[in-house]
Amino acid sequence: MRMTITEKILAKSAGKTFVEPGQNIWLNVDVLMTHDVCGPPTIEIWKREFGAAAKIWDKNKLVIFPDHYIFTKNQQANRNVSLLREFANEYGIENYYDVGTDRYKGVCHLALAEEGYNVPGTVLFGTDSHTCTSGAFGMFSTGVGNTDAAFILGTGKIWEKVPESMKFIFDGELPPYLMAKDLILRILGDITTDGATYRAMEFDGKGVFSLSMTERMTLTNMAIEAGGMNGIIAADSVTEAYVKERTDKPYEIFHSDADAKYHSIRKYKTSELEPVVAKPHSPDNVATVRSVAGIKLTKCYIGSCTGGKLSDFQAAAKILLGNQVNTSTFIVPASTEVKRALEEETISGISLKDIFEKAGCLIAESSCAACLGGPMDTVGRAKDNEVVISTTNRNFPGRMGSKKSEVYLASPLTVAASAVKGVITDPREFL
Amino acid sequence: MEKIVSGKTFVLGNNIDTDQIIPAEHLVYSLSDPEESKMYGKYALSSVPSEKSGLPNGGIKYVASEKYETEFPIIIGGANFGCGSSREHAPFALQKAGTKVIVAESYARIFFRNAVDGGFVVPYESVEKLNNKIKTGDEVKIDLKKNVLINLTTNEEYKLKPLGDILPILEAGNLFEFARQTSMIV
Repeated sequence: MRMTITEKILAKSAGKTFVEPGQNIWLNVDVLMTHDVCGPPTIEIWKREFGAAAKIWDKNKLVIFPDHYIFTKNQQANRNVSLLREFANEYGIENYYDVGTDRYKGVCHLALAEEGYNVPGTVLFGTDSHTCTSGAFGMFSTGVGNTDAAFILGTGKIWEKVPESMKFIFDGELPPYLMAKDLILRILGDITTDGATYRAMEFDGKGVFSLSMTERMTLTNMAIEAGGMNGIIAADSVTEAYVKERTDKPYEIFHSDADAKYHSIRKYKTSELEPVVAKPHSPDNVATVRSVAGIKLTKCYIGSCTGGKLSDFQAAAKILLGNQVNTSTFIVPASTEVKRALEEETISGISLKDIFEKAGCLIAESSCAACLGGPMDTVGRAKDNEVVISTTNRNFPGRMGSKKSEVYLASPLTVAASAVKGVITDPREFL
Repeated sequence: MEKIVSGKTFVLGNNIDTDQIIPAEHLVYSLSDPEESKMYGKYALSSVPSEKSGLPNGGIKYVASEKYETEFPIIIGGANFGCGSSREHAPFALQKAGTKVIVAESYARIFFRNAVDGGFVVPYESVEKLNNKIKTGDEVKIDLKKNVLINLTTNEEYKLKPLGDILPILEAGNLFEFARQTSMIV
């Protein structure tokens, strides 16, 4: 057969037995996800193009999570959430998770996993570049714009060029000072922000399969930072256990063939890696934490789809337990489920929430928040020429707010260690 | 799709991401309201660091203060143009600002798809690196039939990569028009 896992899933979705890189194929989409920034314009295009007879191809396959600009007084941002609400009411969209209700979830990419929409072997499109996160579940997932999403909304189909695959193998389990964020930043430093453009990034090896689902999501989340079409990790027993807990939808597990063709294969030994940061102003501007240690910070931020999961806060809490932060530190749980878990999960009998509060952190409501700057009143937004260290996924100029701010990306361990010292700090000092 | 596009160029570097093209704080405006959507034009490329805005010297705004449209309909970019988020607001903002054609060494996938499927701007790939050969403000002419760019200021001519698979979508106007013409949708 000679196919990679990505090729096999795309072939199945296109109703073909075999596909190869470069081929343009039409896919049947299993789930379309949208949010408050791109949902309203997607709906507008769908109405404009399909007219009065506009029909949603399958209401059960449309999922809407308002998550980007939620806790703001900005009227236009609030209007976007209202537009989603009206649309969901008018068309009877059951998979709508409204703000201000018990159903509100927070950041879409984690919510997709928690609510059982990530199903091995399926194809998921979303109006967000980090939709590639869902690939951690052995499925094909990628981001599209409003026009493509509107086309899917009306037809359930979309064209895609079959990508070449790149394989990244991590040998050996992760030492306690490393996290998935260190692995993906290392890859970005090696292949740069267009090193995987239009390609699939397949993660493999014991280092990957020893990770929890949420840590695996940190790897696939940042495939887009290398330009990747999708990130993917084959499903295993860890995946199956997570999925079965959340949905009874049928799933199919695919593996790459031993003789599948790859654009390239890179191998890493986890024992040879060390904690890293991405320096301003690009996720591929990677350096060891040691080499930038001592840089004075004005803000620390732990949150977002890539860095605000329970595993991220468990890691940060290990370091913050019994310590005080030395600079203003924001804890932004990606989802409301994670926020609740902060009260339930404990270290040495103390809840994570108590650990963070005693350390002097500010715990915010679940949303995308300052990861992408957002409206002026967004919690944690970078001001003026602030120097920020953050567990988020992008540090482009102005990404977290002020154009003059400098943002370092790092693992939650590194951010927590840096928060305690007030300067960039290698987490090994605390472990 | 116009067959000949002429005008002044605006030159940028590598990795122009979507946060630089249209900062996230502006994503709240309606894309369909004629008055409100002008804001996308006003803020197009507003987060490009000043020293890199309008190469080689920088310091040039793509859209002048108090204006909603640019005087530079042709953008000359480097590698990985449009990387970052999936926001279709990015090619939309460029279209609102008056961008007709981008010529870059390479594009990020989602931006490229959005530009084509939404019919906002023509994303050409250059054969050779051009952002060190063309200067902001140069008058150029792009022949979309012959796939060439002629720099009228320097009298130099550069080949562009044929648009290939995406040409029928660009010629139809957008993905929906293309799908109707090919009877995929009614």
